[in-house]
Formats: sequence, C-alpha cells, structure tokens
Amino acid sequence: MQRSRGLAAVLASLVLVGVGSLVVSHKANAAGEGKITGTVKFDGAPPHQRGIDMSKDPYCSKAHANDPAQMETVVVGKNGGLENVVLYISQGLSADAANSKPNQVPVFNQKNCVYTPHVLAMDVNQDFKVETSDQTAHNIHPEPNPLTGNIPWNQSQPPGAAPITKSWKAPEMIHVKCNIHPWMSGYFAVVKGPYATTNEDGSYTIENVPPGSYTVTAWQESLPPQNQKVTVAAGAAANADFTFKAK
Amino acid sequence: MHTKLIKWSLLSSVVIALCSSTAAYAQLTSDQLREWLHTPAASSRVGNLTGDVHAAALPYRRFCVGCHGELGDGNGENAVWFSTPMYAQPRNFQLAVFKCRSTPTGTLPTDQDLFDAITRGFDRSNMPQWNTLSKQERADLVAWIKHYSPRWQTEKPGTPIQIPPKPEITPERVKDGQAVFARMQCYKCHGVQGMANGPSASTLTDDLNQPIAAFNFTDGTRPKCGSTDTDIYRIFMTGLDGTPMPSFADNIKPDEAWDLVFYLRTLQPRNSFNAKERQIANQLGLKPVNPNAPAQ
Repeated sequence: MQRSRGLAAVLASLVLVGVGSLVVSHKANAAGEGKITGTVKFDGAPPHQRGIDMSKDPYCSKAHANDPAQMETVVVGKNGGLENVVLYISQGLSADAANSKPNQVPVFNQKNCVYTPHVLAMDVNQDFKVETSDQTAHNIHPEPNPLTGNIPWNQSQPPGAAPITKSWKAPEMIHVKCNIHPWMSGYFAVVKGPYATTNEDGSYTIENVPPGSYTVTAWQESLPPQNQKVTVAAGAAANADFTFKAK
Repeated sequence: MHTKLIKWSLLSSVVIALCSSTAAYAQLTSDQLREWLHTPAASSRVGNLTGDVHAAALPYRRFCVGCHGELGDGNGENAVWFSTPMYAQPRNFQLAVFKCRSTPTGTLPTDQDLFDAITRGFDRSNMPQWNTLSKQERADLVAWIKHYSPRWQTEKPGTPIQIPPKPEITPERVKDGQAVFARMQCYKCHGVQGMANGPSASTLTDDLNQPIAAFNFTDGTRPKCGSTDTDIYRIFMTGLDGTPMPSFADNIKPDEAWDLVFYLRTLQPRNSFNAKERQIANQLGLKPVNPNAPAQ
C-alpha cells in the first residue's frame, strides 16, 4: 500500500495522465478529428494479487462471500490484456486541444467495499462524481500533493449519502483511500487533453484527437510509464500498442 | 564482490526512497521562501491585531524551528525523535493542510484558526500551548506560517461553517444524537462506547502514513482542536484534514449536529462541560449503540 503510493507519487511527478474505465470521448466529434487505438498487454506471469480480508466489516465480507476480493494493483484479463491503464497525450497537443475538456461526468463508485472503477481518468477541471452503493460508511480521502495545486480533502459517505461532485486543478495521479476500510485503494488519473482507460482485454481508444504528431503515454499504477510516438491523420485511427513486462 | 556491493547499495537507496513518504513532495527552496516573505499573503489579521511577518523571524527561530524546520517543512532537527505514542510529525507548512479549521475540508484555515492552534497546542502531541507568547507574537507567527505555502497567494481561506446557537439540551436530543452516531457509523473508529477501539481503529494512518489513533472520549484527554461544545461541533463538520477524520458537513444537518455534540458529551468522563448530558444519559439508562441492530 505504502509502496504503491510512494511509487505513484514519483510517477505522478514525471507524468501527466488521463483515464476512465471506458473510453471517454471528448465533446462533440469535430470534423477531421482522428483517434488513437491500441491494446495494452502484460508480458509474463501476472504478479500475485493478495486476497483481502474484509472480516472487520461484516457488510463487506458478506458482499464478497461468494466472490473473494483481491488487490487490483495489476489486473490482467483475457489474452494478457492489462486493465486500468490510462492512455493520454503527453506531448504535441495544441493549447486549445489540451485545455478543452469533456462534458460528461465520470463516476467513481464505492461498491461492495471496493472502488469501481479502480482507476478513474479525467481531464483537468472536469467534474467527476463520487457515489456510494454500500450500506456501510466510507470516507473518501484522496491524497494529492498540495504543491501541484490539487488540494486534499476527506469526506464521509455514510449509507444513502448523496453523490459528491468535485474536480482537480492540475494533472496528477492521485491515490484515493478509505480510512475505515484500509484495503480500499484507487486512483484519480487527472490529465490534460483526450484520454482513455483500457478495458478488461487491454484495448483502448482515445477519441477526438486532432490530426498531428504526438507522444502517447501509458500509465499503470505500479509499473513504469511508457511512451510512444504516433501520427494521427485527419479522420483516421492511429495505432499504438504497449507491452508492460513483469518486474 | 563489487557487483554485490553495487546491488546492495542500489537496493537500499530504492528502499530509502520508497520508505520516506515526505520525499513524495517536492521541496520549496529557501530562495523562493525568502521572496514570499515579501508577498501580501505573508500577513495576518487576528481580531484587531495585525501580524508582522518580519517580527516573527526571531521567535520562529527561537521556538519553532527545532521541530518545524528552517523551511517550514516539518523536518526540524528534533523531528526524527518523534516516536510512539506521540508520533504525529511536525506540521509541514509548505503543504498548508491543517487539522484545526473553522473552514470546510480542502480549504485554507482562517488566521484566527491558526492563532487558536498555536495558542491551544495539540494535546497528546509534541506541540505545547504557546499562550506564553504575547498575542502580538502569535499573530506575527501566523503571518510567518503563511509565507511558507504558495497556496496563501492564490487561494482565500474557506468560508467558516455556520454554527447555529446551541439549543437547550433535552433527553430527546441526546437520544437523537445517539441515532446520528449510529447512522454515521462513528463507532467504526471511535468504538461504540467512544473508547477508540472500533474495528477500523487499529489500521488508521495519517497522510504521512504514520499510525494515528482515533479520539478516545473516555480517557479524559482533550480533543486536539478544542474542548468546548462549538469546538466539537466544528471538528466533525469540518473534518481534520491530514488525518482519517472526514468532514460530515454534507451528511449531518446543523440541528442534528448539536444533538450529536450532546451525545458525545455523555461518552466523556465528568468534566466541566458535561454535567447535564451525563445526568440525562443516566436517567435514560442509555446503552451503547449496537452496530448489528437492523437499520431503523
């Protein structure tokens, strides 16, 4: 936990990022915009994901009675696809493209005492919502570095609590935790410009990318980030596949 | 042999980098800070006192620097000796994240809040009460604290939460307060009797990943952010930023908040604030909440 947090903070200082568990498209599709698609794979034996003992909270352990929960530091799905990787454009965006933000409001839910999605990508200044589906109290406690301009806060969400709407001021990979349930761990991946998050099979599509040459960065919470150069032609899809190797 | 040595030194440097949680935050330089001494943000207004940041240089060096450090980052030379049971590290003023505020979670405190914190000190920590310093000196130190973070140059303190006048204590209010305690599940950390032994108490950590205890209502210690009824109201409505204690402002209505204050008073041993609450609890024969009871 501490290790992944430390690592993430180091990564955050190197990287600007964006995510969503699904592909989030940017505003209306402007004419001539292309996209970047690809697949992120994990090469090697997936690291063991520790099981979570939720016995301290009967509500949580009951919710996982038939479906034991595991840590989600590295989630490898079908055909070696790596889930929860955030893809974003770290270089080459025009100021306009970098500053435009999508209208939709991504949702971070606390369900069965885990975060869904595990990694929520969003744009700088984009509103997002924190919800709870659980009949047990949570506190939602993001831990940004205040020196980036993102200010930490800590709010309770007892059963039935109304959603909280928030946004972040600066690009940063922000670790989120719940102090009541110490196993709960997730990320807000705040990036500038268009972004996507990989699905279960590791695939992703960054929509609404203006034509141009870019560096695409793939960010994973526990593995070193990777970069790739791509050129997007008007109305076309550019491809960028990534492979993360087992440590 | 050589490669082994290199391997080990590499490994240990990685381990050190991972273990020092403060390393995650970039350091501000002393040049930057010297410049900020001359910004309008490096000032304070407490009641009718105006803090003079330059006048604070000497008292800060004399009384504060040992723990809070030259750069205000909480890495003073004494900080390494902070250990159990008072492991809370000195505040890092560069981050401008403070426990005791009258303002909502995620916002800057008011000058008065910082002044009160210096005056009150923090019970069960290495921070003593500084009421030995004159009010003017404390106001000066507030201005000094504010020169350490760029946040004071770009942000305004939050709007203090509104606290309605305290209603009269009634048995109904004490009972309702217990219902709020149950509904908010305060017992998860504070325990059903307020003994800081809830199921989540043992794993609590602060923002520097140091272990931190939930407040124990029963051992006669004072809450870190003040002991009066209004202080307690403020504590759960604002949350204590940097600690596991969240803000309940979105989930507890102002009237219910007073009920909760009255109930929390019944958990404390007799003190100068809670005679009436304890009497009502005795008359009611109030039992601790039962977390396993079906929801009402």
